[in-house]
Amino acid sequence: MADTKILDKPQIQENKPLFGKRERRLITDPINDNNPITVQVLGICSALAITTQVSPAVVMTLAVIFVMGFANLFTSLLRHSIPKQVRMIVMLIIIAFLVTVVELSLKAINYPIYQELSVFIGLIITNCIIMGRLEAFAMADKPWPSFLDGVGNAMGYGAILIIVAFFRELFGSGSLMGWELFGPGEQFMLNTDAHWWLSWYMPNNLMVLSASALFVIGILIWVHRAWNRKLIDVS
Amino acid sequence: MELINIFIKAAFIENMVLAYFLGMCSYLAVSKTLDTAFGLGLAVIFVLGITMPINWLITTFLLSETGLLGMDLTFLRFILFIAVIASMVQLVEMVIEKYSPALYASLGIFLPLITVNCAILGGSLFMVAREYNFAESVSFGLGSGFGFFLAIVAIAAIREKIRYSNVPGPLRGLGMAFILTGLMGIGFMSLMGIDPGAIGNS
Repeated sequence: MADTKILDKPQIQENKPLFGKRERRLITDPINDNNPITVQVLGICSALAITTQVSPAVVMTLAVIFVMGFANLFTSLLRHSIPKQVRMIVMLIIIAFLVTVVELSLKAINYPIYQELSVFIGLIITNCIIMGRLEAFAMADKPWPSFLDGVGNAMGYGAILIIVAFFRELFGSGSLMGWELFGPGEQFMLNTDAHWWLSWYMPNNLMVLSASALFVIGILIWVHRAWNRKLIDVS
Repeated sequence: MELINIFIKAAFIENMVLAYFLGMCSYLAVSKTLDTAFGLGLAVIFVLGITMPINWLITTFLLSETGLLGMDLTFLRFILFIAVIASMVQLVEMVIEKYSPALYASLGIFLPLITVNCAILGGSLFMVAREYNFAESVSFGLGSGFGFFLAIVAIAAIREKIRYSNVPGPLRGLGMAFILTGLMGIGFMSLMGIDPGAIGNS
């Protein structure tokens, strides 16, 4: 990891700022240079099936930010007392506990969204990015930077999720966050007085199919790497 | 007959990787060469086939209201499932190491990876959601394991060949793997109209 070099440097100054340069990098790095999905290739599993609409993607992002921030925090607090051989199981129990909290809260707060996400909330447990960050960062660093790293990575993950959901919902059903933007909705087809600009677009059913998420991410990776050329795979 | 239908449905029509995107991480990370993909595929079939019936027993006899404890403990599902999967993977690893060092050497590092393979936990959660019985859960486990095996071997073979093609730089590697998986997904979608039940009855 690129971060380990910074960690090993002895800390001379006593009063470090709570939100200094390093902390800011922990948040911004995973959004571009070290993005969980397009660069680290982690956390794709539970993400793609819920990106047909923007609102479940937003809920999923919030859930992952919560789980990841606190899983990193708790693992970091416990890092000296976890035996190395059983660390996987300990981490999984911490994550499973947090996911259970999220699942039950979501069930109480917004039941329709809960039903729409169904098993995918449970699958946050096996979201590789959480495990990956716990292993790579939280086991070796202080609680506050670990918390920020968790939140930053979850935001990088959520950014991709929301971008993919944006394109899929816009072209797949001609709407955004459930608001009809364009496309031949029934009211526009039947009512000839409706605005003409609302009814020219025929929704592309391919974008609703699960395969299109892979195309959108593939193209996203293409654009991202063409813009940030140091990420290009040379092998 | 019902069991064969569930197997075929899980392996082809509702393929874990290509229809539900589960197990994507290891699918993309381990599909660079055919040999390793083959090993991981076999290990996944094995682990799915074992954990699914065990998790079925846990849901039926421990967590449900009619079970041994007489309490509705479904909120403990995630923690118990993941603990079963983690310990099963550990157990499988030890057994293979003891009895077949050759297989262990070829699977080695991929076995622990399986713990966080979403297809395993996803399979158990689907099994609960669809209310399968014991025999059906075995068949579903083996079927979805076989589906994963099929998908990962196919993509690995394609990725080995595509290395000799002139792909645009930024798209090389990961980007291409995503687009290929999407195309394979569309291919598998053509199986979607098949109703295995109807074939059995005719």
